[in-house]
Parts: sequence; C-alpha cells; structure tokens
Amino acid sequence: MSLLSVALFVLFVAAVLALSFYFAGRAKSASGYYAAGSRIHWGVNGIAFAGDYLSAASFLGICGMIATAGYDGFLYSIGYLAGWVVALFIVAEPMKRLGKYTFTDALDAKYNHRGIKLTAAISTLVVSLFYLIPQMVGAGVLVTPLLGLPHFVGVILVGVIVITIVATAGMTSTTYVQFIKGALLIVFSTVLVVALCLRGLSTTPDQGGRVPYREYRSLAAAESGGTLTVSDPSFQVAEVKEVRKMRFAKLSAGGRASWWKVETEAAGALRLQETQFVVTQAGGGKLVNGAPAARDNQLATVGNMAAIAGRSGVEANTGSVGPFRFLGLIGEPGSKVRQWKEVRFADGADKVSVYYPVLTDGNRIMRPGLQFKVEGTPLERIDFASLMIALFFGTAALPHILIRYYTVPSPAAARKSTIVAIAAIGFFYVLTLFMGLGAMTSGVINLTDNNMSAPLLARSFGTFLFAMISAIAFATVLGTVSGLIIAASGAVAHDVLDRFAGVIKSDQQKVRAGKIVAFVVGGVAILLGILFKGINVSFLVGLAFAVAASANLPAILMMLFWKRTTARGITASIIVGIVSSIGIILLSPTMYELYGLDPLTAPIPLKNPGIVSIPLAFLALIVVSLLTPAGAKRAGVPAAEQAAPL
Amino acid sequence: MLHEPAAKVGKDPAFSFKRRLGVILFAVYGVVYAGFVLLNLVRPGLMGWIALGGLNLAVVYGFGLIVFALLLALAYNAACSRREAALGDKGGK
Repeated sequence: MSLLSVALFVLFVAAVLALSFYFAGRAKSASGYYAAGSRIHWGVNGIAFAGDYLSAASFLGICGMIATAGYDGFLYSIGYLAGWVVALFIVAEPMKRLGKYTFTDALDAKYNHRGIKLTAAISTLVVSLFYLIPQMVGAGVLVTPLLGLPHFVGVILVGVIVITIVATAGMTSTTYVQFIKGALLIVFSTVLVVALCLRGLSTTPDQGGRVPYREYRSLAAAESGGTLTVSDPSFQVAEVKEVRKMRFAKLSAGGRASWWKVETEAAGALRLQETQFVVTQAGGGKLVNGAPAARDNQLATVGNMAAIAGRSGVEANTGSVGPFRFLGLIGEPGSKVRQWKEVRFADGADKVSVYYPVLTDGNRIMRPGLQFKVEGTPLERIDFASLMIALFFGTAALPHILIRYYTVPSPAAARKSTIVAIAAIGFFYVLTLFMGLGAMTSGVINLTDNNMSAPLLARSFGTFLFAMISAIAFATVLGTVSGLIIAASGAVAHDVLDRFAGVIKSDQQKVRAGKIVAFVVGGVAILLGILFKGINVSFLVGLAFAVAASANLPAILMMLFWKRTTARGITASIIVGIVSSIGIILLSPTMYELYGLDPLTAPIPLKNPGIVSIPLAFLALIVVSLLTPAGAKRAGVPAAEQAAPL
Repeated sequence: MLHEPAAKVGKDPAFSFKRRLGVILFAVYGVVYAGFVLLNLVRPGLMGWIALGGLNLAVVYGFGLIVFALLLALAYNAACSRREAALGDKGGK
C-alpha cells in the first residue's frame, strides 16, 4: 500500500460521488432516473457502453486468464467483441424504437402480455445477479494490494459507493461514471502496453530492477530399491507423494520442510525441481514455503520466458520491440515460457498446495488449447464451441447493455453509439492480449489469484502506474455494477411493480421504488461477492453470457423476425432458457468442484450450457407459438416494424 | 396507471433497408466467426502456422475478427446514413 495509491483511490471515489450529487436533480422523474432523460450524446453513450461492458471480467479476468492460459484467454476478448456485431446489426435500432426504460418494454411492446413482463423481469434479475458476482469479486481482489484491506472490505466498499451513485442520480450519473472510467481505462491500458513494448522481453525479468529475478533450484537425485536420495547432503528425503501421475518429494534441511517435484531427464537421470507451496496445518496454522505465513512471507510472484527465440540469459534480452514483434517473439518455435501449475494433496492431517514450474513452447501459448481442449475429446470440443456461441449471442441479450439504448434520443444515435462502442471495446481487447502476455512473462503472476495480473503488471513499472491502473480498475467495477443495479432496479420497479402488478401510482413512486430495489440488490451483490471469492471472474461472466443468450436472445430475435411468434411463445422461451442454462451450470463439473465433489461425477459433463440451452429456448418458442393463437393486433407498433419476411 | 405503451415510435422510411442490410452483414460476420471456431475445432494445429509478419494464424485471425467487425460497422453506418438522408429521415427521431 502506498500513499499515492490511497490518494488516487480517494480522489476517484470522491469524483464519482460528486458527479452523482451534481446530477441528482435530473433523476426526479422516471425517465430521468431510468433512461437519463434520453438526452445523452451518442459519442458519450458509445464510450459509456465501453465503460459498462469493459467490466472487471474484461480487465481483470481476461488479462488473468491470458497470463495463465495464453491465447485461450484472448478467445473471450474475441467472443465478447463479436457479440457487438449482433447488437449493432440486429438489435440496436429496434430496441431503441420499441423500448422505454427496460429490455422488457421492447420485448413486450407488440404484445402487452403479463407473462412476458414477469418472465423478462426475472430474466433481467437473474442475468444481472450472475454478472454482479464477478464484479464484486473483482472489487475485493483489488483493494487488498491497493489499500491493504481484506477482500470483504473491498466488496462492501463497492456496494456502498454504487448504491449511493444509483440512488442519487440513477442512469445519468451512471452514464458519466461509465464514460469517464471507459475513457481512462483505454488510455491507461494503452500507456501500459507502450511501456511493456519499450521494456521488451527478458528471460530474467526483474521488473525494471525493482524485484530481483528469482532462480529456482534443481537438485540431482538418485533412486535405488525404491529409496530416493539427494546428492546435496544438507537435504534428507522425508517422504515421496504420488499425485496425478507426478511425484513430489518432501525434503528436510535445517529443521525446515520443503516440497520438490521429482523429474526424470531425457537421459534417465533424476532431478528435484524446487517449488513453492502452502501447508494448511490441522491446527489452523499456515506455512508458506516452509515458514509461517506473514506479510513479508507470501508466495513469490512468478512467470517468465525460459528461452526467447532459442536464446536465454543476458543475450536473450530484446530491449524495445514493436507490438507485433512482441507477440511474434513469444510465439516463435524456439521460445519457451515457464508457467506454474498447482497440485493439491493431503500430507497426514495437513493440506498441501504445491505450485511447480512447467516449460511450455511459445507456439502453444499463442494458439488455443491450453485451457480449452480443442484437441481433446469430442465433448471438450463441444464445450469450446458452446462457449464461443454464448459469447457471440450473449452481448445483445444483456439487459444492462440494452437499457443504454434508451439513454440516447433516436435510433440513429443508438446505431452510432454502438459503432463507437465497437471501436473502443475492440481496441481495448487487442490490448488485453499484450497485458496478459506481459504479465505471463514479467514475473508478476500471483499464484493464488490470477485476477490481479494486469494491476501487478502495472506495478512492475512503478507505483504511479499501479495506483492509476488499480484505481481505474476499481472505477471499472463501480461503473459496471451501477449499470447492473439500474437494470435490476428497472426490472423490479418498472416491469414488475408497475406494469405487471399495477401497484405503482405515480412517476415519483416509481423512482422511489427503484431506489429501494437498488439498496436491496446492492446488499445481495455484497453478499455474493464475499461468498464467491477466488473464482476467475471471466469464467463467471462467461456463464452470465450463456444465461442471457439462452433466456433473452431467442425471444428478441424471433419477436423481430418471425411473424408467427406469440406472447406465450416468448414467455415459454424465456423460462426454458433460464431453467436449462442454470440447470446445466448447476450440474456441471465446474460447479461440482465448487461443491467439493468429484467433477467427474457431475451428471452433465458440459461446462458451458449455450450449445444446448440456446436451441432449447428457440425450440420452446417455436412449439408454443405454433400451439397458441396469434395475439391481438400489435397496437402502437408501425406496420413496417412488425416481424415480417425480409 | 403508467400502463402506457412503450416508447412512441416515429416513421422510419429507411427501416426495411436498414434491417435487410443488418441481417446480410450479420450473416457475413457470422460466417467468418464460425470459420474461426470451426478451424480451431477441426484443424487446431493450423492456428500455430506463422501467417503474417511473424504472427501466427490464431493471432492474425483473432485481430482480424476485431478489425473486420469495426469495418463492417462503419460500412453499415455509412449506408444507413446515406439512405436516411436520401429519404429525408433523421433515423427515426
């Protein structure tokens, strides 16, 4: 924690709150509160789109995933950006023309059906909550190194600030917070990437001389009659554990135990590779690398290139390189990256997590396959396709993104703001590849939480950039969470309480109800953010996309393009989309791992539900629409905009 | 109360043109995106092939998808704006 970090953080928060109080006067009417009075300029809205969309998942999660899984993390960037094509070409203008405050308005504009109002509102709430979790987890991740505060304090801090933003000035302040944050994020990420290219690549990264490069030791060993011995007499082998077809030796030296990975060299000789490890003792004590965990005894950050284009040591230092050369050097056949893997096992009553280095060819890092097994079993390949489908179709179905179309004055402005968003978001996603790979090769990866890779990469360039990037990342969370809470608030106050239940009697009452809902949703978000600590945030957002793509997109597309679509068909599609996508997620191997169960016993082997749940939702809509009579005349919608053949 | 229809919509003579063009461009992009996914599934090894300026196909195709999205978006906006101007429409305002 540095004074500068704290000062910048406080400045950001103060600016955001000041903005909210400044705009509070504009949030007296429902239109002002939920749609910023439809007075936002398309250029501002475009960058606000970027600020809303470039969430903790994009910034922290994608960079973290690229830092640990290489190109596979960049697949999220590609999918997230591609989704905007669907938003622009299919959804943007119709959404603006048909809707008022919420995504439900647009979906229901042709039907005025209670089923659509209720299910679309529930869908908005579910998707928003799924999306909120990773943002809140990201907030907790950030405050620990930035302010030296525990994870839960960060989560609570974000919750309180965001509730204040939303409750004071609704969509207007949210828009400007997102605009400022989106612009700052892109500018400072560019600065970080330029600094990275100027520093170049090295096999012994020392973070600009700030942190000495740590060389991990390797000991010669021999095995005779099943007994392992080490050539260095100061070490004694206490025991050998076999875990997942690997062997780990527990050595003792000077009264301190350490874990080493047993490796067999090409010639058959044995070597023990030094690792890092955490031992959680039965009594509750925690040892890090053999000594009690303390502020000055944490796992060392890791990640470096072992060879750059076939060279290592001083002669491998590249000095400044161009951006394409930077990527090319990592992917060259003679380049190798030292990655770190984790294995967990029990040692008596103690629980041990061992982190060990592995060398991966640069060429493997720079193409898909490390995280998503595109060369694996048919099921693993289907899982990959499922993720890419959900990312493509998810963006245009995210309620908190769709409501931003109501903040601009016209459909043409909605279209133009989407194009600004594509330019800004696309440029940022290109930067994520550099930031992720930069973290992977600069010795800055936190072994227990890869979400911090981008801020820690910034720290390798000095305190100012770290403080700035961290403060922006925190603002990133604020911007996205504000948008999500507005969406959830609109779903409950406008869709359910007003249009479904009819209990709202005035414009002021609707604003008040929205503010109360913002408090409640904010509280729930705080709770979930604390519970889900430690999960990769990009993975969680991927699931939110799958739920949105399954529950909302089939309904939107068919409402726009299939004349025979009925209100009950839409209602059925939303229900089937939500239930099937969440059902598959809850029964997936990933969730089984979270439950503490064996992932291999999960009843549904898919990790990403989109490939099943999206077609199911389409099918439900088509079948139910064909079985139910076409609705009454769609009042209020111009004939040219009724669903019709192209 | 407040059960009024959703936002009032003005006349947009260019609506049909914009919708047809949007669907065509969406299909074009969808094919290129599907090609990326399929290539990864069918010939994953090919993604490591050095394609352009020292960059492999995975990077070139990935960056290409991002740039292509922007180019299509700009082309779409230009065509829509031209049609709106020709029909004396202000984009449905």
